[in-house]
Amino acid sequence: MSNQSTAHHNEEPKSPLSHSSAAVVLSTTSTISTADALPASAEREEAQATVKVAVRDLSIHYGTTTALSGVSLDIAANEIFAIIGPANSGKSSFLQAINRMDLLRHNMSVSGSVLFNGIDTRSWRNVYALRRKIGVVFPLPVGLPLSIYDNVALAPRLRGIKKPSLLDEIVERSLRRAALWDEVKDRLQALGSLLSGGQQQRLTIARALSQDPEVLMLDEFSIAVDPVTTMRIEDVLKELKQQMTIILVTNLVQQANRLAERTAFFLNGECVEVGETEALFEGQVQDQRTLDYLQGRFG
Amino acid sequence: MEQPRSAPPLGTLLDDARDRDWYIDQFFRLLMFLCGISAVVFVLGIFIFVFKEGSGFIIQQMDWAEFFLSPKWRPTSAIRATYGTLAMVAGTAAVTLIAMAVALPLSFAAAIFIAEFARGRMREWLKVIIELLAAIPSVVWGFIGLMLINPLLIDTFDVPIGLNVLNAGLILGLMAAPIITSIAEDALKAVPDTYREAAEALGASKWQVVYKVVLPAAKNGLLSAALLGIGRAFGETMAVLMASGHALTIPSSPFDSIRALTATIAAELGETPVGSDHYQALFAIGIFLFTITFLINMSADFIVRGIKNQ
Ligand SMILES: Nc1ncnc2c1ncn2[C@@H]1O[C@H](COP(=O)(O)OP(=O)(O)OP(=O)(O)O)[C@@H](O)[C@H]1O
Ligand SMILES: [Mg+2]
Repeated sequence: MSNQSTAHHNEEPKSPLSHSSAAVVLSTTSTISTADALPASAEREEAQATVKVAVRDLSIHYGTTTALSGVSLDIAANEIFAIIGPANSGKSSFLQAINRMDLLRHNMSVSGSVLFNGIDTRSWRNVYALRRKIGVVFPLPVGLPLSIYDNVALAPRLRGIKKPSLLDEIVERSLRRAALWDEVKDRLQALGSLLSGGQQQRLTIARALSQDPEVLMLDEFSIAVDPVTTMRIEDVLKELKQQMTIILVTNLVQQANRLAERTAFFLNGECVEVGETEALFEGQVQDQRTLDYLQGRFG
Repeated sequence: MEQPRSAPPLGTLLDDARDRDWYIDQFFRLLMFLCGISAVVFVLGIFIFVFKEGSGFIIQQMDWAEFFLSPKWRPTSAIRATYGTLAMVAGTAAVTLIAMAVALPLSFAAAIFIAEFARGRMREWLKVIIELLAAIPSVVWGFIGLMLINPLLIDTFDVPIGLNVLNAGLILGLMAAPIITSIAEDALKAVPDTYREAAEALGASKWQVVYKVVLPAAKNGLLSAALLGIGRAFGETMAVLMASGHALTIPSSPFDSIRALTATIAAELGETPVGSDHYQALFAIGIFLFTITFLINMSADFIVRGIKNQ
């Protein structure tokens, strides 16, 4: 809790944002690279060819409460796409809808569609195969009660990989990619829960990477992680971008600024706007609320 | 943390006053202590009583080799009374073995279904039914063994008598199953949902989640459930007495009648003169049972602790 708030304080915008009046003027002229806003049709087609996840009119309800209403956005392949927004804005619910975790929650109902590689996720007959293409990192590290090795080897084993040499290779590669290998290579058989919080979070990242996901979704991964480890993980994410698409839910707006090409601002279950991160932080917003949130003038 | 404050002496006194909460706290402390102690005292009292009744026989008369290695239990023989328990031990062990073979798969499957797959109404109903089954008195189970399973075994396997190891094992297994089920279900429920979600997010199917993550995480609880079930089957008296045939043989097949240790005590204790050799020998069996149960529980404790410390 305190960790979080201090982190937020440290993140007061380094460059002061332009005045909101100017921002309103700018927003009318700024081009925001959603698929519809692209000028030339050739470029548009190219952009659509690389759309990894397309969300259309997505709404999520828990019983009678609405967690998300009518969100439409595209996430391009090999980009880091950030989602920011205050608590209860529906960020986690959005992620759960993408890898179809709604099936686990009997009170969660989803309408609209999510296209993964252009195919509606609800037409996938084998949701497990879909989930294997999507790695998830939860806000608090969920170390399964297994050894470090078994934690990382779980996903490949679930897919039926049994050959020890192959498993060793996957475990080592995943731990290296998550910048954890050097710290744990001598104690792979120790319980994962004996690691420090920051190491555990990197372990869950390694676990998510062990399945070679096409999309990596991180939900406020730095809540329980110190600033130094956060920076290390951020470096890892920048590397990973070459190989996969990353959806980053964060409540540290500066984290979005550091990492994401584009950022979406969620508020009370609504997607207020999606824009180039740089432009948003320069004040080129379409909605005053986005600017208020970015500048920390909220609630 | 003492701070030099110019508070009046009365104030400092009041700070340390024994107020109502303090007395209530002390009172409950005492009450809890007495409750805890009385449990120990009762157990100790029972042990001392049983030991006192049987110790004379154990120390003076008992032939240890005969007691453990002879199958001949002839306490009323006019020529030479023998007190061998081997047949009863073997019978009890055989029945317990079958009971576990019946109860463990049944109850673990039921627990997994209730905890992991059943939802809403169905789950609540199943739990109520399991509780109801657990509440059936053992004499009723014995009756079921006598009147239902006995003729069933005779018809199905074409054997002369259906009161045997198989019958008693089935009955005890069915009897222990609801208890094992509900403890095992608690153990599964204690596994945090975050584990399940993490595994599902990795693309594990429902069943993979259960056997790769939930079962390993719950192994402590499942083990205690199993051991408690064994203890229950081992110590059960009434139902085995009615369903086992009560015949003194070392069983060589599931269709042999046997006599359980517990059933022997129950059947004979009322008819022996207090203080006689026979009476004392029965208490020696009691001590024997007590020791075995104690060992089972201890080993369960050690296993669980060992796993925890790993
Ligand atoms: N399992 C659930 N059952 C009922 N309501 C839920 C459930 N999960 C989320 N909600 C509700 O849905 C809304 C959105 O929640 P969500 O977790 O998606 O927000 P969030 O943006 O991730 O918030 P935070 O930043 O605090 O994690 C909230 O009003 C929340 O109360
Ligand atoms: Mg959330």
